[in-house]
Amino acid sequence: MNKVIPDLKQAIADIQDGATIMMGGFGPCGIPENLIQALCDQGTRQLTVISNNAGTEDLGIGLLLRNHQVKKMIVSDVGQNRTFEELVRHGKLQIEFCPQGTLAERIRAGGAGLGGFYTPTGFGTIAAENKEARAWNGRHYVLELPLRAHFAFIKARKGDPFGNLMYRATARNFNPVMATAADVTIAEVEELVETGSLNPDEIHTPGIYVRRVVPGAHNAKPPRAEPEVRK
Amino acid sequence: MSKHQRELIARRAAWEIQNGFYVNLGPGIPALAARFVPEGVEAVLVSESGVQGFGPLHHKHKGDRDLVDAANEPVALTPGASLFSSVDAYAMIRGGHLDLCIVGGFQVDERGNLANWMLPGRMVHGIGGVMDLACGAKRVVVAMEHRTPAKKPKILRNCTLPLTGLGVVHRVITELAVIDVTPQGLVLREVAAEVSVDEVCRETEAGLRVDKDLKIIQV
Repeated sequence: MNKVIPDLKQAIADIQDGATIMMGGFGPCGIPENLIQALCDQGTRQLTVISNNAGTEDLGIGLLLRNHQVKKMIVSDVGQNRTFEELVRHGKLQIEFCPQGTLAERIRAGGAGLGGFYTPTGFGTIAAENKEARAWNGRHYVLELPLRAHFAFIKARKGDPFGNLMYRATARNFNPVMATAADVTIAEVEELVETGSLNPDEIHTPGIYVRRVVPGAHNAKPPRAEPEVRK
Repeated sequence: MSKHQRELIARRAAWEIQNGFYVNLGPGIPALAARFVPEGVEAVLVSESGVQGFGPLHHKHKGDRDLVDAANEPVALTPGASLFSSVDAYAMIRGGHLDLCIVGGFQVDERGNLANWMLPGRMVHGIGGVMDLACGAKRVVVAMEHRTPAKKPKILRNCTLPLTGLGVVHRVITELAVIDVTPQGLVLREVAAEVSVDEVCRETEAGLRVDKDLKIIQV
């Protein structure tokens, strides 16, 4: 089996206007930046993007926002992003804010074939407005529905041609769960390794979830240092 | 609020961290508390970015671009650290596995309702993890200034800002006082040195009962 597509452009060529795409990342970590750049170059529009953050002015999803390619975001925390603020203020971007844990679990439900779940998070707040609520054993819960997407953009540290993936440190974040919840999961890997060279016990995302593997051409800023372990 | 006062709140908040605790610290004053964990207390910091067992970088270390805390700041791992996904991070948080979460606050009221994510007239940047943390940790402590920058009380009969969680707060720590949320309302447990009970009551909109064993805040 060989899921490798060497060319980024070719790997995303079938993404059409109006598509829903999940994109991994937490702050500056684990952003599928090469796939996002390729999507900027392709110019696909009217996108719905499901992601924890919205990138910065010049990194990740921020680039798509600046290009006016995004119609709607389902997001937890956008941080400080001037492009984002301007688009929202001018009514050019629809936003659905979701508590971070609820976002992760909605994606998990989407990937795991569940019809939804009840969470205590957000009960009695704006986040629970117009949602069914129930109580069990004296505790209140809110019904949250699953999320799926046409495509998922994943960033992995290593991957093999079978689509098995390993992540590194907090660059793991939403990547493994998003890999499970899309019709077509595309993984950009920092390092493409030979089939059989990853330890099966240490694979985070089994290849069954991954349709395409692309070597990431460019892995950004700032330079990697080995994690410091303090005594 | 002076730097000195913020540090006083953080120092007192650090006393909430007990041996063996798994702890999540929110940004701002709560994060400062990590510097003042009492000697001999071994606790593990947990972040929703997907790491448990971390601390600040040595000042010369540039950090690892794949390793940040929830405020996106580069951190160092401590011995015994482990790394995990967002799904696992929130299973820990919602599932009641965190012993303690210290968060900042805009408002707290006498039923333990918390508002700390949205201010009117300001651009909303999102909810992040704070709603999950507020309802999931075994104990939620709010570390915040006693009044707003406009000198209005933040401890109220009823929160007026959009809520983060309903009845979630156990304790509030400010530069003036330590106040517990109980089924009978708010109880004043400690006052800052050289601060009178009357002054705390004046700066607090909610009613306060004074603990029989009222103490002076030790930091």
